[in-house]
Formats: sequence, C-alpha cells, structure tokens
Amino acid sequence: MSWKDHRLTRNQMAWRAAQDVHDGAYVNLGIGMPVLCSAYVPEGRHVNYQSENGILGFGGPPPEGEEDFDLINASKGAITLAPGASIFHSADSFAMIRGAHLDIAMLGAFQVAPNGDLANWSTGEGGVPAVGGAMDLSAGAEAVRVLTTHVTKDDAPKLVAACALPLTGLQVVDRVYTDLAVVDVAEGRFHLRELVPGVSRDEIQALTGAPLAMDDVKPLEAPSL
Amino acid sequence: MKKPVMTPTDAVADIPDGATVMISGFGGSGAPVETVHALIDQGARHLTIVNNNAGTGQIGLAALIREGRVDKVICSYPRTSDSRVFTEAYMSGRVELELVPQGTLSERMRAAGAGIPAFFTPTSVGTPLAEGKQQQEINGRMCVLENALHADFALVKADVADEYGNLTYRLTARNFGPSMMTAAKVTIAQVREVAPVGAIDPAHVVTPGVYTKRIALVEDAAQEEVLVRQGARYP
Repeated sequence: MSWKDHRLTRNQMAWRAAQDVHDGAYVNLGIGMPVLCSAYVPEGRHVNYQSENGILGFGGPPPEGEEDFDLINASKGAITLAPGASIFHSADSFAMIRGAHLDIAMLGAFQVAPNGDLANWSTGEGGVPAVGGAMDLSAGAEAVRVLTTHVTKDDAPKLVAACALPLTGLQVVDRVYTDLAVVDVAEGRFHLRELVPGVSRDEIQALTGAPLAMDDVKPLEAPSL
Repeated sequence: MKKPVMTPTDAVADIPDGATVMISGFGGSGAPVETVHALIDQGARHLTIVNNNAGTGQIGLAALIREGRVDKVICSYPRTSDSRVFTEAYMSGRVELELVPQGTLSERMRAAGAGIPAFFTPTSVGTPLAEGKQQQEINGRMCVLENALHADFALVKADVADEYGNLTYRLTARNFGPSMMTAAKVTIAQVREVAPVGAIDPAHVVTPGVYTKRIALVEDAAQEEVLVRQGARYP
C-alpha cells in the first residue's frame, strides 16, 4: 500500500478541522474545502459559521431538491440557515472580517511556509487569478487555519520552505489540516501533530518541503465520511 | 418622492458606450439577469463592469462579455466552475482585469457612496496587489491606500421596492447591492414587486429610497444560478 491509500477524504478533513473549533466561536469558512466544515459541528458545541457573502450562522446543505440558490456559501453551494442567523451586505461582512471580530478563518491553500506565509490566489503567470476574500480574511481573523491536500496533483509539496507563488498574507497561518496530517505552524517551523495511520514519519517528511518537528505526534483518525 | 417604475429596456436605454457599470451578485445570487440582458440588447460597448465575479455560463454578465461589450472587469473572483467566457476573453487580451480583494472592493464602493475619497486598509500588504499603491504605517501596522470606486450606473437586484424606492433584498442575494446603490450616479433597482408607500416596515428597509433613481419591475425574474444549471444561453 502506498501513502495515497491512507489519505482522508475532503469530508474527513473538514470534520477534523471542525473538531478544533471551540464552543461559541465565530468562524469564517472560505471557498473550497473549508465550506464543508459547516456540516460538522461537534456535539454539544454552538459554533457560528460566517460566510463572506453576508451570513452569520449557517449549517450544512439542505436535502436535495430543496436548494435555494439565494442562500449560498462562499463556494456558491446551497446551505441552510442556523437558528438565530443574520444576513447582511458585503461591506458589513468585510467590516466584520477585517475588524477582527471573527475568531478563526478557514482557508484553502496552494502553498504554506513555516513562517506562516500563505499563497492561495494565483498560480503565477498564465492563469486567471482569483483572490476573493482571502486577503481580507488573512489580515483580519484572529487565527488562520488552512485545509489543503498535503501535495499537489503532481505530488509536489504544498507545505514548502518558502512560498514561490504570489502571497495572500504574511505570517498568518497557525495550523494546517491536510489529507495526511495536522501540522502546526509556530516559531518559524512546521510541527507534525497528527499523522494518518499507515504513513511513516519518513514518508510524511518526504512529502513535505521543509523540516517537520515530530516531538509529540498522535494518530489522525476520522470517521468514515 | 415617487421613483419611476420602468421596464428593464427603458431603464438601461441611456447607458452610453464607455460607461462604468456596477452589477450586483455573488455568483448568480443577486444577479439582475433580466436587466443585464436588456443592456445586451441595447448595445452599449467599451463598458467597464464592476462585479464580484466575471460571469458564469452563457447568460448575464458572461453573455455581455461574450458579445464583446466589455473592455474591463473590476472584480475579486473571476474564476468559477463555468467561467469559460471570461477566461477566453482575458487570455486572448480582449478584456482587461483589475483584481481587487473582495473586502476592499465592497469598501471602495461603500466609501464612494459615503463621500470618503480613499481609505487605508491592511488587506493586501506585502502581496502583489499592493504594488504601486501608497503605503503607510498606522498605529504600528502597514496599510495600503485604496481609492473610492464610483460608477456611472448600477444594476442591482433587490426584492421589493415601495413607490419611494425603499428596498428590501432576498436572503444572501443582498451581497453587493446596498453598496452599489450608493456608489453610482444612476442606480437601477430590479425588483419583483413595487409596493405602495408604507407597505415596507421602515425598520426593515435596507436601501433607503434616496439612493434609488429608477425601478425596473420584473415580476417573474429568474435566478441566474438556476438558469446556468439549466444550460440557458442569451441571446
């Protein structure tokens, strides 16, 4: 078996990231994998998910056939409102984001560096760049957590020594959830906190573009999702 | 003062070539697709469009770009699951792109409507999107100077208007509408219903009537995302 056989699904990654959201937190969910977190609020906790397009308090998708595309998340997917939700316009939404009123922003990434630098809006020359709210979220949220596959489609590391792609935010990322590991970003280093069973420390290091500190590593386990 | 209630065709009739036009919507949610189609029929060219995105599928803003009416798009997120029209126009050099962080985009419009010529924000500091802009350290944090963003026209999808132009919006279709309604010289609110004065609870008005110049009534308006998923094409 290769490391590829042990990868978490997108929903398992979102589930794992949601487990770290504390009771009462206000959390923006960005485009891509982060929006999946809204389906996974740990039992007994009240979490307020925020979407940049102007919602505070939303849940997972509605049953098929009940979608209302005037009620969507950052990925333009249909969602449901949570009890006590509020809806507001974009300038107010970004005042909430930029004004440091949110505890956590969950974002996707092309590259993350050990100093916390994040690149997630442009693949460099040749493509169509798309920044969305990522730079505002990087500048304004108290904590920035990233959900991303551990490597690119070509198996190149996304956790790198220094971001080669255009930056979104400088020294902003606190923690990265990948399909293989949970990695903290602190004191200029990557710290491996959790690793999927079946993948060795040597393998995860080989798939990572900068040294991983491995002082206290737990198994990364998620339910079937 | 009662505001003129018009068809989309009449509401967009005087948009000239070269105009800057704001179009509301976050993806298809809040996109005034019938009014955008009236603008396609009207024929104005060399437009600068302000939108969060750059069109999806073959209708609305995507169709306006495909028909060669747009010289420049100012937006935050032009890449979507079906943004082929913009991608082709951009890659071939037919359309210029000004990429703006989403919060800076909405704040630039809010500032324009609020009489604030420019503002400092920490968003984009240290990134390529801050290059060439004035920067200043304020209270120990580097910030970028961003200018207010005005437009000649705004096409905004609201929900209900009263005869004075007070507006409500539907769910998250609100998004950029309220800021755009303040930032353009001529604002066109596309609504599904025009209610008598007094029918909207004053505390529930989102856009006060002072900002509304024209009302375009489309009683059976389509939702753009639904049209895209049906594979619709315009014209």
